[in-house]
Amino acid sequence: MGSFKTKLMASPYIIWMAIFIIVPLCLVIGFAFTTKDGKFTIENIAITTEYVPVLLRSMWLAVISTAICLLLGFPLSFIISRLMPNKQGMLLTLLILPMWINFLLRTYAWMTLLESNGLINKFLGLFGIGPFDNMLNNQGAIVLGMVYNYLPFMILPLYSVMTKIDESVIEAAQDLGANYIKVIFKVVVPLSIQGIYTGVTMVFVPSISTFIISRMLGGGSNDLIGDIIEQQFLGNSYNPHLGSALALVLMVIVLLVMSLFNQFGNEENIAV
Amino acid sequence: MKKPFSKIYISLILMFLYIPIFVLIVFSFNVSKSRANWTGFTFDWYIKLFHNRQIMSALLNTVIVAIFSSVLATLLGTAAAVGIHFMKKAPKAIVMNITYIPIINPEIITGVSLMLLFRIFSDAFGFKFGFLSLILAHITFNVPYVIYSVMPKLRQMNPYLLEAARDLGCNERQAFFKVAVPEILPGIISGFLMALTFSIDDFVVSYFTSGTSVETLPITIAAMTRKKVSPEINALSAIIFIVVLGILIIKNIIDGKNAKKEAKNNRAVSF
Repeated sequence: MGSFKTKLMASPYIIWMAIFIIVPLCLVIGFAFTTKDGKFTIENIAITTEYVPVLLRSMWLAVISTAICLLLGFPLSFIISRLMPNKQGMLLTLLILPMWINFLLRTYAWMTLLESNGLINKFLGLFGIGPFDNMLNNQGAIVLGMVYNYLPFMILPLYSVMTKIDESVIEAAQDLGANYIKVIFKVVVPLSIQGIYTGVTMVFVPSISTFIISRMLGGGSNDLIGDIIEQQFLGNSYNPHLGSALALVLMVIVLLVMSLFNQFGNEENIAV
Repeated sequence: MKKPFSKIYISLILMFLYIPIFVLIVFSFNVSKSRANWTGFTFDWYIKLFHNRQIMSALLNTVIVAIFSSVLATLLGTAAAVGIHFMKKAPKAIVMNITYIPIINPEIITGVSLMLLFRIFSDAFGFKFGFLSLILAHITFNVPYVIYSVMPKLRQMNPYLLEAARDLGCNERQAFFKVAVPEILPGIISGFLMALTFSIDDFVVSYFTSGTSVETLPITIAAMTRKKVSPEINALSAIIFIVVLGILIIKNIIDGKNAKKEAKNNRAVSF
């Protein structure tokens, strides 16, 4: 194999890639730097500075959500990876199953739960606690929505590297006198760093760019960068040029954060 | 880790994941439209679901787009993976890096960038937003997953297999379809299933590329969440949930049986 013909098999895809991946991204850049009449401008990029507070809020909420997913997901993945194989399969199935219900509906169900006269308050009311009026329509609710929706994205890559950690490595560390905390931080964390990197990326990227979760759970006063971009393309404040500029800024932030984190991940690897 | 702590921890996380779904399913049997007051048990929403034109047509659209886009993405992606596999190092790295873009890029950016492209198509040659734009967009975000699941299988494949087939008289096409395809089939199937799943569940990219004429189910649901979600949608999700649960249980049983069989065979061999 490896003849002329087999190499040609990639050519339809390469044409596809050029039209549907490269050209659209060039269009975003092009729109970001032009006016409605197609003249070059940096005004759109300049206007994005007005959205710095929104950008910071989006980054902050995404960082918190990612951290919570890591804190919740790390022990869970490790516990699962040490179980009997048949139990591992069953638990993974249980973790993936909720993803088969559309995320909008699951998020909507949280609205039902968190509302002032919602189910959580009704339940607590049975014990004479509450009602709590401010569980919905705030940043905490947005973080809850992100953690809820993206936790499986953290657990699956973590699990897939942790399940390869040989039990004897952990036993060896324990025999050599490491206590439980030392085993986790000196053995398990370094060996699962690639899973941590993948998991963090898979949670952080959708979190920072979400636009519907924030609208549903944040109540409209906590717009994130995704909401602002959406409004420029399909909402009331139609302006694809500004929208493209904001999309470009978002893309650059995501790339920067990820390459920084990647660097950090690589150093960890070398240190081990 | 201490056993009881692990069990409690797993149960808490599962509770967190399943409480909203439980609520959703329970309220699909509620008599009133209320989403917080239980007023009695009924199957009405399940019957009304099948008479709800909007939901049924959205469901049909979702299935059409998912099937077309995942089949086409699988064909395009498998051919691409084979071609890329035999490329030289440098072009291979470039193509694979570009292929990675739709996977790593925020969905909203994939969505708006394709929307800009289709706008230009529609200005230039009267292209209409609808099924075609949806299918093109879905193929675009699905192909990378197919490529990334077929490539490892190609790498695992013994390269001499193909040479052997050629030596034994296969022409290039026969060698490909009779030897290479069966070897990489598991990768093709898992790529196809991933594509199908992502396509059915996609909201963000569809939202930007569907235009106004064609609605898929996630778009219909999103529109409903702005006002009030009708319990028929809860009923539909309950049905989907039960079907998937059934499939997964059957799969687990089959896997378990296969594992047992394998264990038996291995024992037989070692005797």
